[in-house]
Amino acid sequence: MTVAFTGTDWLALLTHFLSLSLLAIGGAITTAPAMHSYLVNDKAWLSEAQFTSSIALAQAAPGPNVLFIALLGWNVGMNAGGGINAGPGAWWLALAGVGVAMVGILLPSTTLTFAAARWGHRNRELRAVRAFKMGMAPVVIALLVATGWILASSAGSPTEHWRPWLLTSITAVIVWRTQLHMLWLLGTGALLGAMGVL
Amino acid sequence: MTVNTADQPATTMGNRPTSKTDLFMSFSLLALQGFGGVLAIAQRELVEKKQWLTRDEFLEDWAVAQILPGPNVVNLSLMIGDRYFGFAGALAALAGMLAFPLLIVLALAALLSGVSDSAVVQGALRGMGAVAAGLIAATGFKLVGALKSNPMGRTVCWALAVLSFVAIAWLRWPLVSVLLGLGSLASLWAYRQLGRAQETGVAQ
Repeated sequence: MTVAFTGTDWLALLTHFLSLSLLAIGGAITTAPAMHSYLVNDKAWLSEAQFTSSIALAQAAPGPNVLFIALLGWNVGMNAGGGINAGPGAWWLALAGVGVAMVGILLPSTTLTFAAARWGHRNRELRAVRAFKMGMAPVVIALLVATGWILASSAGSPTEHWRPWLLTSITAVIVWRTQLHMLWLLGTGALLGAMGVL
Repeated sequence: MTVNTADQPATTMGNRPTSKTDLFMSFSLLALQGFGGVLAIAQRELVEKKQWLTRDEFLEDWAVAQILPGPNVVNLSLMIGDRYFGFAGALAALAGMLAFPLLIVLALAALLSGVSDSAVVQGALRGMGAVAAGLIAATGFKLVGALKSNPMGRTVCWALAVLSFVAIAWLRWPLVSVLLGLGSLASLWAYRQLGRAQETGVAQ
């Protein structure tokens, strides 16, 4: 797909990510719906398929899931350059898209985190700071288990699709109780999935 | 080194990164092992293997990384890097977390632009997704032990955890409202309990 892209559009792209950065409490993925409506629906800089495959690919690849934003930027830049077969110019624009997207989504949030975490660490003996950390602890732990639950639910309900749920449960117990390297588990999951067992 | 994490002592071990290069390399290796999310592997590497943080410290840092906006493992790397080597350390850890995974994901995007909707690839992604769900849930289970030393007490902690789980996983309430709502109620309660402990002279 090809889109016409001007200097103003680059600025708009940067501003879009900058404006979402501080709203991304709980991870960049929480702002995905807003990005979808802007990039795909309003501006038509990305196709539906490019948007969803960016998220799926970043989740499957190693590293933080925020890299789906890099892929969104990559695809916008690639489209601006006329698509993957349009020659080296498109590749440079794609890289520029990665830079704009990542700087935009990370700069405000990392700056705030840096300052806030420093303040928190310097004042870690304050009763309010300790109370915050202690109070958040059970909520945050529950959030991790709930995230696992939600990810598992994307396979369907436990009664109808018991096989992926069983795999999730077995994985959880193994990781909780043993030191087996996680790559073995991911490899097994990929293999079972590729064979169509799940 | 390979103790069962459930009984891991909550004392400071005193291990730390030796240099900014060590930080960069450690976070690179950690990120590169983090398929389907980095948190599970971060807990294992930083707490169990390298022992830069105790389980309790990890949980506290995680709470901060979680409540602040931005990708939480990125926030975590920034905080840990800054603690040992200041601003340059924060950048080193951040770069480690992002640099190699970025190259890989871009290479994959370029390579896979045609095949990513084949049934085999879709199946493999589904299988990895199911495993990734288990990894992240297990990370939560491992951190439960850290609640033992919580001044709110066992009953309140469990009640809060169960409520939060139900709100997020079953009722699908927005994350922000759960973190800010239940989180601030819990923090207020903890504040009160910490004050009581101080008054009665109980060392907390």
